Amino acid sequence: MNSYMSGAPVESLISSLDSLDIPFERTTREGFAETIRTRVGDPAVGVALDDFDVSLKGTGVDIDPTPAALKAAYTGVTPAEFAVADYGSVVIPSTPDGCELVSLFVDRHVAVLDGSDVLPTMDAAFDRFGETFPEGKRSSIIATGPSATADMGELVRGAHGPSDVQVVLLEGSDE
Amino acid sequence: MSDADELRALMDSEGAAVSENTRGFNRGRYESVSRLRGYESLKTEARTIKEDAIERLPELVERVRDTVEANGGTVYVAEDATDANEYIRSVVDDRDAERIVKSKSMTSEEIEVNEALEASGAEVVETDLGEWVLQVADESPSHIVAPAIHKSRAAIADLFNERFASDEPLETAEELTAFARDHLGELIEDAEVGITGANFVTADTGTIALVTSEGNARKTVAATDTQIAIAGVEKIVPSVDDLHPFVELIGRSGTGQDITSYVSLLTPPVKTPVVDFDDDETPLSELDADREFHLVLIDNGRMAMREDDDLRETLYCIRCSACSNSCANFQQVGGHAFGGETYSGGIATGWEAGIEGLDTAAEFNDLCTGCSRCVDACPVKIDIPWINTVVRDRINRDTPPSEFEFLVDGLTPDEEAGAPPLGKRFFGNFETVAKAGSTFAPLSNWLADTSLSRAAMERVLGIDARRDLPTFERETLVDWFTDREVTVEDPSRRVVVYPDLYTNHVQVERGKAAVRALEALGVDVVVPPAPSSGRAPLSQGMVATAHDHARRVSDTLGEYVRDGRDVVVVEPSDLAMFQREYGRLLSESEHERLADGSYEVMEYVYGLLENGAAETALARGDGERVAYHSHCQQRTLGLEEHTVAVLEQCGFDVVTSDVECCGMAGSFGYKSAYYEVSMAVGDELRDQFTTPDTAERTIVASGTSCLDQLDDLLDRPTKHPVQLVA
Repeated sequence: MNSYMSGAPVESLISSLDSLDIPFERTTREGFAETIRTRVGDPAVGVALDDFDVSLKGTGVDIDPTPAALKAAYTGVTPAEFAVADYGSVVIPSTPDGCELVSLFVDRHVAVLDGSDVLPTMDAAFDRFGETFPEGKRSSIIATGPSATADMGELVRGAHGPSDVQVVLLEGSDE
Repeated sequence: MSDADELRALMDSEGAAVSENTRGFNRGRYESVSRLRGYESLKTEARTIKEDAIERLPELVERVRDTVEANGGTVYVAEDATDANEYIRSVVDDRDAERIVKSKSMTSEEIEVNEALEASGAEVVETDLGEWVLQVADESPSHIVAPAIHKSRAAIADLFNERFASDEPLETAEELTAFARDHLGELIEDAEVGITGANFVTADTGTIALVTSEGNARKTVAATDTQIAIAGVEKIVPSVDDLHPFVELIGRSGTGQDITSYVSLLTPPVKTPVVDFDDDETPLSELDADREFHLVLIDNGRMAMREDDDLRETLYCIRCSACSNSCANFQQVGGHAFGGETYSGGIATGWEAGIEGLDTAAEFNDLCTGCSRCVDACPVKIDIPWINTVVRDRINRDTPPSEFEFLVDGLTPDEEAGAPPLGKRFFGNFETVAKAGSTFAPLSNWLADTSLSRAAMERVLGIDARRDLPTFERETLVDWFTDREVTVEDPSRRVVVYPDLYTNHVQVERGKAAVRALEALGVDVVVPPAPSSGRAPLSQGMVATAHDHARRVSDTLGEYVRDGRDVVVVEPSDLAMFQREYGRLLSESEHERLADGSYEVMEYVYGLLENGAAETALARGDGERVAYHSHCQQRTLGLEEHTVAVLEQCGFDVVTSDVECCGMAGSFGYKSAYYEVSMAVGDELRDQFTTPDTAERTIVASGTSCLDQLDDLLDRPTKHPVQLVA
């Protein structure tokens, strides 16, 4: 049984994202392409979502872009390793296909999350890091909301990183 | 040391921005930690991890070296700033780098790496927006987390408009941010070397944790091919899962954010492909991650701090800034006054003493009043006031005697081996002054108040002539008690009321009220002569003298405790001595005996009422409206609520202040150098007690200093809360 079926962590994630003002959408594998089409602004680039058994093909997203295309992009779509429900955080892995770049050098970041990858607490998140990090050189970003700064006299959403973050949750895993 | 003129100038130019921002952070901290489940146990866990890590530091440094090298990186342990900068310069030279981009790192400020690299012709660009503002303005950070906290939006707009002459003048925070983002974005994309700090380094995996919000640290690493991470050796923790409590605590404790936008857990060299942003042919997945990583661990005095029993705790600091934001004085003057070469705020005394030396710490150490509000705020439970006291003591011992030493010699039977400044010796030996004051009252009060003696006191002792001096009572509390004949039949409890210096000689009425209230509730009371607690010398950094007081107090009160009496204390700063600082001055068993057996007077009354004593024995409030200011150290002990509860139970209508400190803080507000800072801190309390709701209320406060300060701030009379119920 997938943990999301118990409901609680996903509900808690939704409520955290809500209080952070982060748009969130639950979708199925069938509805995924349509969801992405409505979520991205052009030009959009993305990292392949092979592990999730869905594809960005046909969504208008430039998969595996060149650096120049990345620089010109408005939206970046990447997978998230997992989410931390009570903080509304998504964990972005640093991968050879450029998750870090695609989630960072854009104005809008759309993080795609499998419904079975929602952990309830930061404690649980670090239990997982404690297992996975020693297995080999791993890097991850715990990202919570858009980039922000208060250095210019008041709080501004959107500093060096994206000013807009959206989360798409894939449900109905058949694993 | 900053003098009154320098402090006034800083308060005028930077005080408003610093005050607004630090108080905002401080409010945010209270709100954020109140939402955190298990806050106290997370602090305990964080503390335990740091204690263990510093204890095992040499072993962990070697472990980090092994893991980082196994990952393909390099570790360099630099003895000092010069050593570190030489190594960093060699990395930059080997890379043939023209531009280095840098994310925020206080440790890099400590070693002044920018200057070192610029001297050899490289361009260094700060990418944190606050740091960049300061780089453009050529100013230094005034806060360890928000470095440009002293600059208002308008001041930043003026700076940018003057320096970068754009067609449309920049005005809003959004415009300023967008401009900086675009300007710096181009510079980051073409840079070769990225320098970051490290909030934590894990020994098991060689992972660098970076706690940030803007995304510039991520870009600094991702957009360059050579990463240099600069970290103090104390940043190492054993393992990745040890990061958990710190990640939950650091943002909440500092700026009041539950978590910052990004917590990067990087195990460099990272796998992110190295990009040339002009490349429009190669997909990301086909690019290599051909990266170099250098971890530069800085000693620069830290390994010696580790051996120093009093400074060691400084190394547990996670640089969150809670001690700055919760500090009433910092809120007024900011880090340009309350700071040294690099670090600012309460914990800076430890850092600067350990890294730069006592001279640097001496420049700002006296701005810590020991109010202890940072103690509860610190996520790793560092006893910051104690570090400030110990360093003050060391500074005193380093200072040559004054030519006026003979003036205070007769008044100062202290135990100090060195020569604390005269003002410090005067305040530190206040017990002798108070005894003489009572003996010769009212003559002593009259003499002390002549304009001639006030001028001399200001010149020689630094006591500000604008302050009213305490008025000594001819009859002390002990004398008054000795002459009474009151017997409580069949007492419920037996107590010794501790005649602290101020209650015994100055605020005698509150002592009498305490005795009457306790007796009314069926308690057998004695008030024997007892030595003063040592708070006065301790706050001047005269630790040996305070030690001597502690031993004598313990001997005197210990007999009563053994005899089954509870110790009731009226002055909160003295109760805090018994509870907190005596732990440093007495043996564990002696400290426990006194700490466990002593109570603040209203806490004790609360306990009596809870255990069945009838509040009808006390005076009734009948809805009298009062405004209560608790005492900083009393609040740190968690004893504000008891007073409020008793007053409400007795029928008073109570509102409380929520300022961290009244600003007087013992002798602090009496000192000429600090009078204006003290009054600026007090302004907030005055504002809270002059609103439409509070302006007519009876003013009560628990501490002597607070009462003195309130007398100067307001034109209403003040009382101790026990005087309302006696």
